[in-house]
Order: sequence, then C-alpha cells, then structure tokens
Amino acid sequence: MSTTVDTLHHEEHHDHKPSGITRWLFTTNHKDIGTLYLWFSFLMFLIGGSMAMVIRAELFQPGLQLVEPHFFNQMTTVHGLVMIFGAVMPAFTGLANWLVPMMIGAPDMALPRMNNWSFWILPFAFIILLSSLFMEGGGPAMGWTFYAPLSTTYSNDSTALFVFSVHIMGISSIMGAINVIVTIMNLRAPGMTYMKMPMFVWTWFITAFLLIAVMPVLAGAVTMVLTDKYFGTSFFDASGGGDPVMFQHIFWFFGHPEVYIMILPSFGIISAIIPTFTRKKLFGYSSMVYATASIAILSFLVWAHHMFTTGMPVVAELFFMYCTMLIAVPTGVKIFNWVATMWRGAMSFETPMLFALAFVILFTIGGFSGLMLAITPVDFQYHDTYFVVAHFHYVLVTGAIFSVMAAVYYWLPKWTGHMYDETLAKFHFWASVISVNVLFFPMHFVGLAGMPRRIPDYSVQFADINQIVSIGGFAFGLSQLIFLWVVIKCARGGEKAAAKPWEGAEGLEWTIPSPAPYHTFEKPPKIEG
Amino acid sequence: MKLKRMLALPALAVMPAVADDTVRLNLREGVTEISQRVYDLHMTIFYICCVIGVIVFGTMFWSMFRHRKSKGRTPAKFHESIRVEVLWTIIPFLILAGMAYPATTTLIHMENTDDADVTVQVTASQWKWHYKYFDHDVEYYSLLATPDQQIHNKLPKGENYLLEVDRPLVVPTGKKIRFLITSDDVIHSWWVPDFAVKKDANPGFINEAWTIVDKPGIYRGQCAELCGNNHGFMPVVVIAKEPAEYEKWITNMEVKQRKAREREQELLSMEMSKDELMKMGEKVYNGICAACHQPNGQGVQGVFPALAGSPVTTGKDSITKHIDTVVHGVKGTAMQAFGTQLSMQELAAVITYERNAWGNDTGDLVQAADVNKVMNP
Repeated sequence: MSTTVDTLHHEEHHDHKPSGITRWLFTTNHKDIGTLYLWFSFLMFLIGGSMAMVIRAELFQPGLQLVEPHFFNQMTTVHGLVMIFGAVMPAFTGLANWLVPMMIGAPDMALPRMNNWSFWILPFAFIILLSSLFMEGGGPAMGWTFYAPLSTTYSNDSTALFVFSVHIMGISSIMGAINVIVTIMNLRAPGMTYMKMPMFVWTWFITAFLLIAVMPVLAGAVTMVLTDKYFGTSFFDASGGGDPVMFQHIFWFFGHPEVYIMILPSFGIISAIIPTFTRKKLFGYSSMVYATASIAILSFLVWAHHMFTTGMPVVAELFFMYCTMLIAVPTGVKIFNWVATMWRGAMSFETPMLFALAFVILFTIGGFSGLMLAITPVDFQYHDTYFVVAHFHYVLVTGAIFSVMAAVYYWLPKWTGHMYDETLAKFHFWASVISVNVLFFPMHFVGLAGMPRRIPDYSVQFADINQIVSIGGFAFGLSQLIFLWVVIKCARGGEKAAAKPWEGAEGLEWTIPSPAPYHTFEKPPKIEG
Repeated sequence: MKLKRMLALPALAVMPAVADDTVRLNLREGVTEISQRVYDLHMTIFYICCVIGVIVFGTMFWSMFRHRKSKGRTPAKFHESIRVEVLWTIIPFLILAGMAYPATTTLIHMENTDDADVTVQVTASQWKWHYKYFDHDVEYYSLLATPDQQIHNKLPKGENYLLEVDRPLVVPTGKKIRFLITSDDVIHSWWVPDFAVKKDANPGFINEAWTIVDKPGIYRGQCAELCGNNHGFMPVVVIAKEPAEYEKWITNMEVKQRKAREREQELLSMEMSKDELMKMGEKVYNGICAACHQPNGQGVQGVFPALAGSPVTTGKDSITKHIDTVVHGVKGTAMQAFGTQLSMQELAAVITYERNAWGNDTGDLVQAADVNKVMNP
C-alpha cells in the first residue's frame, strides 16, 4: 500500500493529463467524467426544455395552431424521456462522480474505466432516441410511460429505436450505480464509518441500490414490448393470453422507485447546503439516514398507486393507498429535520441556500399534492389530469432540478476555483422561482377543473389558465439561459475561491484547494473523532 | 371581462375553494352521492395539507426572518432530540390514519357494483365510444361533434368546444346504472367528472363502475388515458333523464333501430346513384376515416397509409380487397373493422368515395349489395 501511495504522490506535482479531445474521450478521472455528465445533462435539459416550449406554445390557445396531434404526442413523450433519463439522472451521476470520492477521501471512483464507458454510451443512446423523431412517421408518441398496446401494435417502427436507446441508458445507469456502491464500500478513508458519511454519500448509496434493483425491470419491460411488436409474443395482448395491465404493473414497479432515484440525491444535497448556510449541524443525522432507507424500501410497495383506475380489486387498492400514505411519514421527518436545522441558526442567503429553501417549500407543496393523490377515491378524479402534471413537476423541477442547481452553485467554487457572479446568480434564482410557479401552480386548477393531460387541444373553459401557464413556461425556459451564462462566466474566471469559500461548510471536499487538483486524496486523510 | 377575470386569479389562488362559474378552479361537487363524498374527502385532505403547510412554512419563515446572521445571531448547538423526532413521526401517522378511515369506506362503497337497475356496456375504440344497453336492443356509437373547422380555427369555437358528441349516452335519474367498460384496441379511460367515475377501458378485459345520478341534466367528460392521435378529441356526454322520459326514449330508440335494420335489408336490392354515394361517402369519411387517413386522403407517412393513389383504393381488381379491409379491418394495425360500426349503405358510400375522391377517379361504384356479399358470404 505504501509504495502505491508513493508513486501516486509523485504524479501529484504535474497534474498529468492528456490535452484536447482525447482528454475527454479517454478520461478515467472522476472529475472529468463528472464534468462530462453535468454538461451532457445541461444540454439535454435545453433539448427537453425546447420540446416543452413547443408543447406550451401549442397549448397557448384552444384549437390546433402550430403542430398536429401526432407531433404533439411525440413532444410530450420525448420531453419526458429526455428530461428523466437525459437531464435529471445524469446530473445526479455527474454530481456523484465529482463529489463522492472527495467526500469520502478516495482518490477516484473504484472502477474508473467502467466510469468512462458508462458516460460515453449515453450520448449514443440519446442520438438514437432523438434521431427517431426524424424517421418516417416520427418518433415515439405513446407517452414516456409507453403503455401497451399503444406502444406495440399501434406504434410505428420508432419503437425499436426507443427500446434500444432505453437499453443503453439502463446499462449506463447500472454501471454508474455499481461504481458508486463499490466506491463507497471500499474506498472510504480510514475512520470514516458508515454513520459518519455525509448525507449526500448516504442518499446516493441508497439510490444506487434502487437503480440496480429496478433498471433491469425497465429493461425487461422494453424487451417485452419489442418482442410483442416484432416477434409474435403476447405478453400484453389479451387475444394471445396476455394482459395490457400487466405491462403497467411491470413498468411502475420500475417507475415508482425511479421517482425516488430522482429525489433521494436531492435530499442529500439539501442536507449539505442547509447546515452550511445555517452555520449549525444537520438536525437528526441518524433519523435522516433511517428515513431515507425507509423511503427506499417503501418505494417498492406503492407502484400501483399510478394505476388506481385500471380496475384493481378493492383490497389491492386499499393496500397501495395505505402504503402510499405511509411514505409521507419518513418524508415528513426529512422536512421537519431541515426546518429544525434552520431553527435558531445563523442563516445567510447565498444562491445555493436560496435554491435549497425554495426546494424545501416547493417540494413540500409537491408532497402535499402527492398525499392528496394517494387517497384512492379522490385519485379517480385527479388521475391523468393536469393536477398530476402539476404534482410531478413540483417534485421534479422545483425538487430535483432546483436541488441540482443549488448543488452547482454550492460546489462551483470548488470545481472551477472561482466564485460565481452572486448578483447574476440571484437574478437567475428569482427569475426561476417566480416563473416556475406561474408555470406549474395554475396547473393544479385546470387539473381540478377537469383538463386531461397529454391533449393538444382543450375546451374553451381552460383557455385563460393555459395562457398564464404558457407565459410562465416561456419565462422559466429563458431564465435557464442566465444559469448557463453564470456557469460559463465562472468557469472562465472571477474572484479566486478559497479552499473553503463558505463559512459554515463541513466535509473533506473543503480541505483540498480550489480548484480541486486533478488528483486528490492519493494519501487517505485521517478522520478524527 | 377577460382582463378582470385574470386579475382576479391571484386572489382566487389563495382560496381555491371559491367556486366561480366562468373560471372553475376546484373539483366539481358533481351530481351523485359518491361525487359529493369524493369532493368532501378532497376538501378535507386539502385543508389538512393547508394546516401542515402553515405550521411548517410558518416556522421556516420565522427562522428565516429572526435567525439570520445579518442580525448578529450565533447559531445554537443542538442537533438531536429523540423526543421531538418521535413526536413528529407519530403525529403525522395519526393524522393519516384518521384520513384513511373515510377514504376506505368511500372506496369500498364505490367498488360495490351489485344490484344495478340498468346495465350499459361501454366499448372504447380509437377515437369513439360505443354504448350498448343490456335490457333493450339498443346500441350506437358516440363521436365528437365539433367540426374540424373549429379545431383548425377557421370557425369560431362553440360553447361546448370538444365536449360535444353526435349521440350522447342517455341514462335514467335515481337508478343504479352499472357500466361494463372495455376496449377494442388500445387503453382508453371513460371519465365523467360530475359522477366521479373514471375507469380504464382495457382491451380484452371488462371493468365495472356504477353511478346513481340525482339530477337530470347534460354531463360532459373526456377520455382520460392517452390513446393515440386523437386522444384529445374523444369526449363523453351523458344525458340524465327522469325515469319516465328515459323509458319513452329507450322504447322509441329500440323501435327506430329495429326499423333501420329492416330498411337496410330492403335497401340491399336498391341501387344508389354516384352522386348519392359520393355525398354520403364524403360525410362518413370526414366523420370517421379522416382522423387517420386525413381529409385529403394522404394519411400520415409511416403511421397511417395514404388512400390517394393506393393500390387498394385504385387497383383494377381491388374492389373486394377494399371492401374486406374496411369491413373487417387489418389485424395487428390501427385499422378497425368498420363492418359493425356503419350500415351497409354507409360502407358502400364511403368505399365509393375513397375510390373516386382525390384524383383516384376509378369510376367504380360500390352498392350495399356488394358489401353484403363480403360481409355475409
């Protein structure tokens, strides 16, 4: 061991790395790969976002103005796929790559070559998916949930491309997850016991197990769709002895843990940022860990709450209603703990903290509508309306995506060695937080009033609110260009950042200089206490 | 007026319970006992969320204003308390248990479809509903009635834009009506908000739902599950009539449908002129076929085949294949079997139209008798 440390130590002085494009193509460095993931995610965020702009432009007024229903359906479908698999998940993997080794005192991820591979197959997955939009008959138009038989008998050949691209995304996610687990289990610095790990590491550790458990289920679902469509099987076709509702069971057995895959790392980020800017330790660390684990376990027992209207036996409906309501308890614990962390602290409001506070409030609103949706008899009314659209955009946009933005602002000084422009960043925050609520809050109302989701045209009673929603959407979309500008500006220069630019920050990543050297912790640090 | 309404919105946003006739912001109370109970559950859980929200956000904002560094605060040192953590695990649990009780009783009541007075089979297909009464020999399709010119902004939109059908479902008030819901192709979802009934129509399986409508009236809903191209253009309209009026309507309907069938048999021997066929064919085509094959017969490339210039519609000896395709559909594709949906006359007319419109100009005339030969060989 000591000899390896010596040779690695030798390299530290000349930050050896290839230059140009080969640096990025062949890199096995966790920081480079983290950067690749994050830029890829932002690109996908813009592509998925521009599809949302098409959707909101068509829905600006009743009637069909810009696109035909078939193209509209492609937009809703691919928007969902790109945002989930292209924007949110890679953003978290990027953050894990950058942060997990630095937080646990490891020199790199445990499996660096696989790390390179798991990133570099992603662009191909999305090239396949996005290119299907240009094929004859267009891309997938069956919703991101690709319910059979709409995705089998009634779809065009873009389904084949869709299936292969999802397979590649799944392989990428599984490899990323394996890497995170192996790294955390093997490369923690001496003295860092599990219950001393930062919350972000804990939440990602649990997320990685969720990924390994459910991504193969998704792969199974898409494969069955493929064989039903092309190879004469009848998994989801009643005339051959199959069952279309079985598709939904399989899909949501993946889909619900997937929801938590996209929010648990956020919990970790928020649990890092709030204590920093409150200058107070996180309240109830161990209950936070247990709450995260309970949420993860419960997430396997609630999938059918997406399917209350499919005609399940009443006993099954009751079981899934109770389990779903139960998940509010550990989630509540997390929210209460964050609020208790703020209580009697000494708060300051830099941009990461603003996003974190907005997260707590807006994610809680998404949690409330989730609780309402859990009540089966009322879910019959909410199901497949804009109320649901409002709900999951509150948890995904003002939840997951806001937490990613908070994380980027928080660790940007560590990554680039420069402070970002605080004024511009605050402008980005306020523009985003106002427009996002103009965008998503009124959706609750049209949903309750009875507007179904995934429709390109609506009855005139919904016109006023849809107009407001669209205006909010355009404003939110434009606001993200400010984000892009702040990040580029910060990467190119700015006030030099100290090793620990935030007064209240704690953790190993703040013990190394800013910007973080290409190789860090070649000698494992000692964890005291 | 519009501006005033928009200005009023933020105020209403604070109190979503406020009902307004022009801008509806809340769930409907509906017209059935169930829909009322669902509405009450909705308001209860909404108020619970509001109370929790006020407490949590209130505490948070209090901290944000009082416990800030700029006011020279020094942070407290506490970071654990088993007592409060147990407390805020148990209290939410108890609130949820309290909420689960009324939800459970309502749900069990909603799923009890026994002792129905009237049974209607609802069969969905892309993109229409078919209603079949079990106790009477009455069945018919129900299609969107909003003209295409309104959808494409060539005519001003009507009051019930996209929420109007040619033949609504008619049910009696005060009677327990059981719906047997299924589908011929993809999954649809039959939804009438005023009844709080939403149930998926799954191909190959039958779902049950029920309602008792208290008030006569016209109730409108939509398909709720993405079902392809025209998912947004598949409304549900239900008319509830007093039982006596309903009886009159249904017996009348039964006689009318029987006579229509008899007349169809007589018409088999009659020949229609090309003008008659083309006129009727155009109407049927635009009402049903144009949704996929487009009004100009060009279809959608890669999804719905073009009919203009197609070998099936223009081929020399393709008449029988053409009739067969329309009557029996094409298995494994979106092409439905229209033999059960249209009369033989209508089938003959639409096939004639397809063979002569958009420059197809085959000159072929198809008569009801030709269709009959394919349907009943």
